Amino acid sequence: MVRVDGVDAPETLIQVRNLDKRYQRGSEEIHVLQGLNLDVTPGEFVAFMGPSGSGKTTLLNLLGGLDVPTSGSITVAGDELTRMSAAKLTRWRARHVGFIFQMYNLLPVLTAFGNVELPLLLTKLNRAQRRRQVETALALVGLADRMDHYPRQLSGGQEQRVAIARAIVADPSFLLCDEPTGDLDRASAEEILDLLTALAKEHGKTILMVTHDPRAAARADHILHLDKGVLVETAGEGARP
Amino acid sequence: MKYLGLVLANLRRKKTRTLLTVGSFAVALFLFGLLAAIHFAFYQGIEVAGVDRLVVINRVSIIQPLPVSYRERLLQMAGVQAVTSANWFGGVYQDERNFFPQFAVDHETYRDMFPEFVIPDQEWAAFSSDREGCVVGAALAQRYGWKLGDRIPIRGTIFPGIWEFNVRAIYRGSRPGDDEGQFWFRRDYLEERAPQWIKGLVGWYTVRVADADTAAAVARAIDDRFANSPFETKTEPERAFAASFAKQMGNIQALILIIGGVVFFTLLLVTGNTQALAVRERTTELAVLKTVGFSDHLTLLLVLAESTLVALVGGVAGILAAKLVTPGLTQALPGFTVYLPTADLLMGVALALAVGVAAGILPAVSAMRLRVVDALRRV
Amino acid sequence: MAIPLMYNVRSVRQRWVSAIVAVAGIAGTVAVFVAMLALAKGFQATLVASGSPENALVRRAGASSEMESILALDQIRVLETAPGVGRDERGPLVSAEVVVVAAFPLAATGTDANVQVRGVSPRAFAVRPSVRMVAGRAFEPGLAELVVGSNAARAYAGFELGSQVRFGGGSWTVVGVFDAGGSAFDSELWCDANVLNQVFQRPQNNFQSLTVRLRDAQALREFKDAATSDPRLTVQVDREVEYYEKQSRLLTRLITVLGTLIAVVMGIGAVFAALNTMYSAVAQRAREIATMRALGFSRAAVVTSFLIEALLIALAGGLLGCLLVLPLNGLTTGTMNWQTFSHLSFAFRVSPSLLLTGVAFSLLMGVVGGLPPALRAARLPVAAALREL
Repeated sequence: MVRVDGVDAPETLIQVRNLDKRYQRGSEEIHVLQGLNLDVTPGEFVAFMGPSGSGKTTLLNLLGGLDVPTSGSITVAGDELTRMSAAKLTRWRARHVGFIFQMYNLLPVLTAFGNVELPLLLTKLNRAQRRRQVETALALVGLADRMDHYPRQLSGGQEQRVAIARAIVADPSFLLCDEPTGDLDRASAEEILDLLTALAKEHGKTILMVTHDPRAAARADHILHLDKGVLVETAGEGARP
Repeated sequence: MKYLGLVLANLRRKKTRTLLTVGSFAVALFLFGLLAAIHFAFYQGIEVAGVDRLVVINRVSIIQPLPVSYRERLLQMAGVQAVTSANWFGGVYQDERNFFPQFAVDHETYRDMFPEFVIPDQEWAAFSSDREGCVVGAALAQRYGWKLGDRIPIRGTIFPGIWEFNVRAIYRGSRPGDDEGQFWFRRDYLEERAPQWIKGLVGWYTVRVADADTAAAVARAIDDRFANSPFETKTEPERAFAASFAKQMGNIQALILIIGGVVFFTLLLVTGNTQALAVRERTTELAVLKTVGFSDHLTLLLVLAESTLVALVGGVAGILAAKLVTPGLTQALPGFTVYLPTADLLMGVALALAVGVAAGILPAVSAMRLRVVDALRRV
Repeated sequence: MAIPLMYNVRSVRQRWVSAIVAVAGIAGTVAVFVAMLALAKGFQATLVASGSPENALVRRAGASSEMESILALDQIRVLETAPGVGRDERGPLVSAEVVVVAAFPLAATGTDANVQVRGVSPRAFAVRPSVRMVAGRAFEPGLAELVVGSNAARAYAGFELGSQVRFGGGSWTVVGVFDAGGSAFDSELWCDANVLNQVFQRPQNNFQSLTVRLRDAQALREFKDAATSDPRLTVQVDREVEYYEKQSRLLTRLITVLGTLIAVVMGIGAVFAALNTMYSAVAQRAREIATMRALGFSRAAVVTSFLIEALLIALAGGLLGCLLVLPLNGLTTGTMNWQTFSHLSFAFRVSPSLLLTGVAFSLLMGVVGGLPPALRAARLPVAAALREL
């Protein structure tokens, strides 16, 4: 279930109340988010849409603990982000969030294996255990045979799949995607969306995706529009009340 | 340790640059090792000087002699355990450029005075029974290819004529850095063959005191004893004597420090700049690491680890290379023992690490402070 | 068509920090290199200046330096009458000399250094016209009086005019200071040779060397032949300049060898710095280079452009290094000349040719440090670079 009216939904994973975000640009103050509310229960696939500059990426950064709100609260799996110190927030992020970017953002100096392994370096797993999880993640995205390839040896679509593998390898609570298909051709984009859909439906992952592409948004369970600093719901394919 | 892979991968990003930086460290530390070894060569005398030995020379001038009769009188003095003497011969072997010190020594007492020079008993016995025998240092023997039994001709300059000696013993230094370039022969042979004016005269005495703490007092007592005589003495602990020579070399120490300073400063500048460049090029990647969950602290450590690793590898390579080269220098510079003491070697490595850290600290801090949201903001 | 120089200048300005670093590296190397060579040259010059081409030095055959030589008075009498010896109204221009070493405290550190004390004939000043009294007067023959070289007066404590100096078991009065034009004599003390012999208990009428002022520079041959073929004498004759040149060889060689070695090693380091800077520059400007190539500039033009840039940086470093070293010119320092066992003051000599060498060295580093990156710049694949966002 997804709500944007500030009313509690049962068993929420993510709960945002009265989220306010302002920042300075030169001499003017931009009030990008104004009293935003959001409730997301586990397993939902949510798309955020909205005009450029509406604050979609800002919202994503706040949800991922990369930024701090001016006021309001964000609670994920019972943890209040706004009460955490920077160090705690980083640890929290490592445990709970998987990021997927438009530009994939793989480290060119590491192989696919190395890139996917990165989040696991922060855990206490030993080498063998890390290897197992990486292999599983890569198999899930269909790139088990490309483990030792460097990003420059992969196509755009393959790079994004590695990025997804990296995002899920540590089994985070939810995935945040910022225009994941923005840089891909039609066919690769479809592959990625299929993958995300599978992650949501078959593996029960909670996915929050910012996108410009209506076709990508259509894959989500819910489409939310960010307008004048708050979220408004519109219908999507497979939408549930 | 698990992060080592990441650190190494980042260094492999621009292999040429990493190799050049490692090379810079190697060069700088090679130079450091070289300078330290040369410093040792100039100041060696001080380091290896005996703490319980005094040098007695003619007060007027070091080139003025002392009478043989002083030996007994010195032995009788309180605190004196042993006495030996030597004369500077100053001859030439084949060519004036082949400089090495030649001493005519009191062969009965010389070996005991300098236990740091190791001579096999039977070789010393051979020297003691051959009036024309000589003892040569191992490095000296190696330089000219001398072996036991060889006959060495030396052209006297102070004492004219061609003097020939039989190599009866080869001494080795017991400590690394000991001078193995000396040539000793017997004073009684010099006395026999030399012109009238040197008869009954020695160049200087070396005195061992029973207790090292009394060295200064005994030195004063000796000088008092011979004050107002035709041969007044000037007695100093061996270390002070060696130091005064080094001091006369002028500011070699200052020169070495300045060169060393220039080198390290330049190195710091270069590697710091390189590291800063390297960090600036990967702001995006560093931001990604942070989104994955790498803490600011960890990011700082990773960047610091890169520069430190480069410094360590280059530094160790450089200083070891210097260590390998120093024996060659000893052979090439006659009269010098060029040696890199272990303490200096370790200090060199420590300095390299310090530079590695210092060069990396500012970029590392900027990496730590990097805010993800700024870095990942879309262009 | 060549890439305009303005491009290089602007690019260097843009990455001025890196450029400054490379300049500093090269400047440091050149400065050390020139300084060490200036040290060696200064030492050599001091000793060579000590000799005059019109003077000859006579020593016993086989003695490698004055101190090891012996000349008796009767031999000197013979030499005085040899052909080629210059004369003035007072007789032959010769000075029979004895050199000893005595310890005096250095003014700077208080520790003793060995000073060369030269007993000379009162004719010494006539034999060496380049030596002039600048304070006080010359010593009186037969008296325990000293004249002090200008460097010695500065370097040691207690040599003021009129002061009493004790050495050799006797008391001497400093009556004058002389200037010897920056030669080794400036570090010496001169006195009457006969008095010195007495005080040092050396046999009377025994000297170590004879310095002869020749009739003219060409007369050396004549004098030398006469002296070496005379059966009453076993001597060797050198032109004074050559004798001193040989005296300086060991230390000069040592300083030159060490200096060059250090400079070469530093040079390699500087080249590494330059390479790093230039490679980074190439990487940063990949797109610009590709654009220029696409516009029609040839590979050669790109190589030339980068090479010129590297050379400009190197030149700046070389000039800066030379500038840093210039203040050293004339700076007096001292060390021990092992061949005479005495302390010698000498000055750094930074000559124009040395500065040119330094600049040439910096340009060499510029070429070595600039060529590989320049070649890489030229080889960058144009299309790929242009495609990159």
